[in-house]
Amino acid sequence: MMGPDVVWYLCVAGFLFCTGALGVLIRRSPLIVLLSLEIMLNGANLALIAFARHYGQGDGQIFALTVMAVAASEVVVGLGLIVAIARRKLDLDVDKLTTLRG
Amino acid sequence: MPAPVIVASFANVLVWAVWVVAAFACLGTGIAVISFTNPFYSSLSLIGNLASLAVMYLLLSAEFVAAAQVLVYAGAVMVMFLFVTAYLGDSADAAWAGGPTWQVLGAVAAASALFVEVVVVVGLKTSGRLSHEAKVDSSFGRPYEIGRLFLTDHLLAFEITSIVLLAAAVGGVILGAHSREEPMRGVRQ
Repeated sequence: MMGPDVVWYLCVAGFLFCTGALGVLIRRSPLIVLLSLEIMLNGANLALIAFARHYGQGDGQIFALTVMAVAASEVVVGLGLIVAIARRKLDLDVDKLTTLRG
Repeated sequence: MPAPVIVASFANVLVWAVWVVAAFACLGTGIAVISFTNPFYSSLSLIGNLASLAVMYLLLSAEFVAAAQVLVYAGAVMVMFLFVTAYLGDSADAAWAGGPTWQVLGAVAAASALFVEVVVVVGLKTSGRLSHEAKVDSSFGRPYEIGRLFLTDHLLAFEITSIVLLAAAVGGVILGAHSREEPMRGVRQ
């Protein structure tokens, strides 16, 4: 194959996953937490597609497409929750939504 | 040097150049997403991130996934994000200042440790073993091949995906309908 090895793609995928994890950990806005989750899922997708190319089999791409569908579903439910939170005039802050705490 | 060798090495350099640009755009926009305080700019950065990822998918000869990435993610999902951000208006802004500083420092340390671990594992444990790429023919990653795999080998995953999407659609409708009513009991205002 021309261009970089799968190892380089894996490094980018790992960096993306860690960036997303950092965003989930340090941001308090649920919108940005959702965006960071998307970055994590895309990091995983990149690794899947890189390995699909490396082994010359399409199964990794199938898995990546499934991950995309799951990500879209997660965004629908997450944004629905955010709109519901905003309509109840609650603060959009994941640290303040503590009703489920025992 | 014979002409085909020169052409091949030039193509290799070109692929590397495109890869470097796409990879750095990907990393830069990823960091931009988590560092903007305005969620609108974060969403726009994520669109750039998804586009540069689509370029890398093309380099990996995954044409159908790249097209789906641009259509589904950068098209549909991000438009939804932008609509919700616009609907929320100012209340969507979330400044950085949150928990104590040690929490942020701990999160940064954990993420860097995770990244170093990934690089060390990839670099040490796979040295040499991942350098032999499989040869693929031109049908690899085309819609025909994806459809054949989805409807033969991975039919169960295909059907489960459709059920997940249906559940998400119903959940979205229910969340939207119920949030118009009075607040539920037990929700702290």
